[in-house]
Amino acid sequence: MSNDQSSFKMFLSNTEFLPGYAITRHLGLVQGSTVRAKHFGRDMMAGLKNIVGGELKGYTELLNESRQEALSRMQEQAEAIGANAVINVRFSTSNITAGASELLAYGTAVVLKQQG
Amino acid sequence: MMELIVFILLVLTGLITGTILERRHYRSIRKREAKLKHILVFSERRPPPNFSGQSFSLVTGSVVISSDYFKTIAAGLKSLVGGRLTSYETLLDRGRREAILRMKEEAAKQGAQAIFNVRLETSTLNQGRKQGIICAEMLAYGTALKASFSDQGVSR
Repeated sequence: MSNDQSSFKMFLSNTEFLPGYAITRHLGLVQGSTVRAKHFGRDMMAGLKNIVGGELKGYTELLNESRQEALSRMQEQAEAIGANAVINVRFSTSNITAGASELLAYGTAVVLKQQG
Repeated sequence: MMELIVFILLVLTGLITGTILERRHYRSIRKREAKLKHILVFSERRPPPNFSGQSFSLVTGSVVISSDYFKTIAAGLKSLVGGRLTSYETLLDRGRREAILRMKEEAAKQGAQAIFNVRLETSTLNQGRKQGIICAEMLAYGTALKASFSDQGVSR
C-alpha cells in the first residue's frame, strides 16, 4: 500500500507548517473516507482470539488498508484541486453500526514551495 | 455443570495463555524500544529551526488489541467495587506502545531521525453490541523528518 502513496508524489504532513517550505496557496479542506465492514470469518477468528487475548492481526490489517484508502482518496481530492501537499492531516474513526467502522482522513490542501 | 466446566476452562486458558502472551509481548516491546531509541519522538507541533529544509512524510502505526477471557472476567468483577482495572491498564499500555513502535519502525524504514507532532488516538470497534469481543484500536501518527547533513546543534 505504501507504493500507492509514493505514486502520488504528494507531500503529507500532520504539522501546520513545514520548515524550509513556504505555503504559496491555500486551497481549503480536503477529506477522504471509507466505511469498512468486518469479514465474517475474521469476526469468528477474532472471537476465538478474544479467549487468549493479544493482537487481532486481521483487524489491524483491515484498518490499515482502510486508512491508506482514506488517505489516497484525500490525496486524489487534493490533486484534483491543484495542491501539491496536504498539511495538518488528522485521522478519525467512528462506528456506524456494530461491525462497520468509518475511517476518515482530513487535512488542508496547499501549494508548497521550497525556500532558498 | 457442563457450563461451569467450560467457563472454568475458558478462564484458565485465558489466564495461562494470556499471561504468557503478555509477557512475550512486553519482552518484544522492550527489545524493540531499545533498538529504536535513536528515533526521537515529539508531540510538539513544529520542529526546531535547525531541522529546516529536509524531507518529511506522514507516518502511522496502528494495532488492534483484544482482551483475554480472564481479563474480561476479572475486570467485570472489579467493576462491581470500582477502582483501577489493572488488567485493562496493561492491555492499553501494551497497545499504545506497540502502535508507537510501529510508527517508529515506519520512520526508520525511511531513514528518518525524528517524528514530530505525534498524536495518539484510541477507538473501540464494538460499540453498541451486547456480546461483542472486547478490543480497541490504537493509532499513533506523526510527521517524520529526515535530517540532512547540516544537523549541527541537534543534540543526541
